[in-house]
Amino acid sequence: MSTYLRPVPNTWWLKRKPYILFMIRELTSVFVAGYCIFLLVLVYKLTQGADAYGNLMVALKSPSSIALHLITLVFVLYHTITWFNLTPKILVLYKGEERIPQGLVAGAFYAGWVVVSVIVAWLVLGV
Amino acid sequence: MAETMKLEIFRYRPEKESEPTFQIYEVPFREDWVVLDAINHIKEEIDGTLSYRWSCQMGVCGSCGMMINNVPKLSCAVFLKDYYPDKIRIEPLTGFPVERDLIFEMDDFMTKLTEMQPYIIREEGEEKPLEEGEYLQSPAELAHYKQYSMCINCMLCYAACPVYALDSNFIGPAIIALGQRYNMDSRDQGRDSRQELIASHDGIWECTFVGECSAVCPKHVDPAAAIQRAKVSSTIDWFKDVLIPWGKKK
Repeated sequence: MSTYLRPVPNTWWLKRKPYILFMIRELTSVFVAGYCIFLLVLVYKLTQGADAYGNLMVALKSPSSIALHLITLVFVLYHTITWFNLTPKILVLYKGEERIPQGLVAGAFYAGWVVVSVIVAWLVLGV
Repeated sequence: MAETMKLEIFRYRPEKESEPTFQIYEVPFREDWVVLDAINHIKEEIDGTLSYRWSCQMGVCGSCGMMINNVPKLSCAVFLKDYYPDKIRIEPLTGFPVERDLIFEMDDFMTKLTEMQPYIIREEGEEKPLEEGEYLQSPAELAHYKQYSMCINCMLCYAACPVYALDSNFIGPAIIALGQRYNMDSRDQGRDSRQELIASHDGIWECTFVGECSAVCPKHVDPAAAIQRAKVSSTIDWFKDVLIPWGKKK
């Protein structure tokens, strides 16, 4: 008997909201990777001396650079929050016979995030 | 006049058409009718040629899965009133070749299901003689895998999975979850023999964690979580192999 296999259009991910959100999440990975490369460049410039680092700092203060950083921040936040929310699915922990509540597992990641952010803020701002 | 509702149903009759079409049926609207009731009404009163699968009408057998307005659902568990007065579009589960109307071919699923060895495997010499009774298990040990054992093989998760639709070599959510179900069973010793399939390229690593398999599961099996957990344990296996090659796995 001849069967019919329905073709999958390239726009399959536009058909339903969960798929769109998934594709946005995939896209955010590009920004996460991009920012990692940016941080490596920053370290490299440091090794090139004060002038090279200073020139980069000036370039970073341009409006287009600030706009790019803000866009990156939004995407990285989306990536981080969706990832933290998924962690309890993967990290299934038990205390004795009781499963540790999913909110607590995700909450631990958020708490860790706050602690690291405070340390970074303290290092950068020196307050 | 009695209220009615329109159902736009996918039709494919291979003996008379090479491409599928859609046919609109008008059915009585009743508060207590599920979509399957309306389809049964069409079959009995309007058009006896409409083909589809169904059996228990109570969300247990997993036969009546269909795309309902583009979302995979059990048609026995979806009320007409949730869509009224809009038209409902009904198609066979996506990702599978269609045999006729709403009936799709499930050979691929059945083959992969067998390959996963979804049953308790004991190592050689570890099998207890029947007269020694059952392998005992504590409630806590049961709790570890119980969720994954609730699968009714309805295949809604496959229809929700874009990875399977794009590459049918993917073993897919339900079958990996079922493999995980036995791997996590304290009575089972067959993890190594399932691992080749689970950790293969067409297994867990094909999954991109879209997560819709879990969202559509009528039994809350959460196959997406099963796959991610299998990724973690397979990665631990890999590290153990690399870091302590002389050590024994497990």
